Amino acid sequence: MSLDPATVRRIARLSRLRIDDTQVAQMQGDLNGILSWIEQLNEVNVDGVAPLTGAAMMAMRLRDDVVTDGNLQEAVLSNAPDREGPFYAVPKVVE
Amino acid sequence: MAYTLEGSTGTWEIVCGLEVHAQVISKSKLFSGASAAYGAEPNTQVSFVDAAFPGMLPVINRECVAQAVRTGLGLNAEINLWSRFDRKNYFYADLPQGYQISQFAHPVVGKGVVEVTLADGSTKQIGVTRLHLEQDAGKSLHDQDPSRSFIDLNRSGVALMEIVSEPDIRSPEEAGAYLTKLRQVLRYLGTCDGNMDEGSMRADVNVSVRKAGEDFRTRCEIKNVNSIRFVMLAVEAEAKRQIGVWEDGGDVVQETRLFDPTRNETRSMRSKEDAHDYRYFPDPDLLPLVLEQAWVDELKSRLPELPDAKTARFVRDYGLSAYDARILVMEQATADFYETVATGRDAKLAANWMMGDFFAALNRTGRTIEDSPVTAANLAGLIDLIADKTINGRIAKEVFEAMVETGQAAGVIVEAKGLRQVTDTGAIDAAVDAVLAANADKVAQYKAGAEKLFGFFVGQVMKAMAGKGNPALVNEALKARLS
Repeated sequence: MSLDPATVRRIARLSRLRIDDTQVAQMQGDLNGILSWIEQLNEVNVDGVAPLTGAAMMAMRLRDDVVTDGNLQEAVLSNAPDREGPFYAVPKVVE
Repeated sequence: MAYTLEGSTGTWEIVCGLEVHAQVISKSKLFSGASAAYGAEPNTQVSFVDAAFPGMLPVINRECVAQAVRTGLGLNAEINLWSRFDRKNYFYADLPQGYQISQFAHPVVGKGVVEVTLADGSTKQIGVTRLHLEQDAGKSLHDQDPSRSFIDLNRSGVALMEIVSEPDIRSPEEAGAYLTKLRQVLRYLGTCDGNMDEGSMRADVNVSVRKAGEDFRTRCEIKNVNSIRFVMLAVEAEAKRQIGVWEDGGDVVQETRLFDPTRNETRSMRSKEDAHDYRYFPDPDLLPLVLEQAWVDELKSRLPELPDAKTARFVRDYGLSAYDARILVMEQATADFYETVATGRDAKLAANWMMGDFFAALNRTGRTIEDSPVTAANLAGLIDLIADKTINGRIAKEVFEAMVETGQAAGVIVEAKGLRQVTDTGAIDAAVDAVLAANADKVAQYKAGAEKLFGFFVGQVMKAMAGKGNPALVNEALKARLS
């Protein structure tokens, strides 16, 4: 599997990364290098082995349904680049 | 009779499936300990997890999982003891993580079925493909500022159930019936309040059209329709649009559309070409969700009686028609009210009172069953007074109206207004004699064969007795005099 320049641009756009044309070739080489390394894993015979879903061989712990958090309005807004009263403010999003 | 639409090239059939987002009833959020309550000050019910601060880790809420399992059981669905969470990646200002934690490949609930009853009394099974748990996003306000959108993350991270139906729906009516039934089951289960006005239940509607015998054609998805009526209108409007496109020689393009209820039409969302490239992958922050069968069994043993079972029991135990039973079972509170009234009484009389005068009074006064001016015990008391012949049916209606106005018990009103039925045959005979004497001409006509006049005499006697005469005794006395 190898990526063409158009796919590299598409992945960058999906990831909200701005890359200019001079960077595409390098990014393409880097990504293809990673993919070919990962493809080596396909050489391993995994017949009869269940897919691994995590490194820890355990199930998820569940917490009780109690309110233990929140009321942190100032703290959660403290890193916002822009705010208006109790809201985060972002550049206008129009549907 | 199958529902079809006529086009210029022939008859078309609708194919429709619904994805319903139902907000889970829980105290705290799916993966954080912030409150899930509705209507708080903006950004006060937000933890660092919900705001996606770096390094914060999600921990799942057991009750949200239980609610999903209960819902699955209520939809006669398979419960998957092993399921997993995936990341659905997209960028939007009210999604601080940059991804929604959802279940893509392995949902907690698998195939189920919802049986709907249609207006003609027929039933139909609508398949449920799956139910999975996921996070809600925050809320964007676009109309507060000319250049900025405002974001409130209180909803961010609240648990949603996405319930996906099979493309089994063939008409707007079936779409409405499916949503109505689904909402009813969720409310009975107490897993979602089903309140579409507040957005705690909303539907994405998939629609395509085809000619008889064809495979599926291309579908469009109408996003975020927020009432059952709008879903029904959207299905029809979109189907007609697609028929127009096909018949004009065009191709329906698979896309996301919005329903505009004021124009009764759907229109394309200006969607990005990459909108559906979500790049799902297993969420590395979360281990698999593994449930014990014993836990599922325990949840099952505690489920309330569901609408279908309750309807069947009302038909069996109270002798109601299936139609009446379905109406009384529509809401749990109504069904409970009815059972209080009907138990130990004439169950059909109780049903008639509830579906007649009682529902009419609620409509008229704008009240609900929960804050009804007439309590179940008081309606039962009224029916007792009819049964023991303290009052007749006509006076009962007058008593009922006074009960609606004052909230008093029937017996109190009957005594205060002196409405006891007159069963004293002496008083009835006297009234009959007076009426017949005053209407000698009509008596002569009656005896000459104008038997319709009997009703007139009954009316006059009852009027003379201020409506309180025992109808059977009045009839008897009149017949005796006139024969």
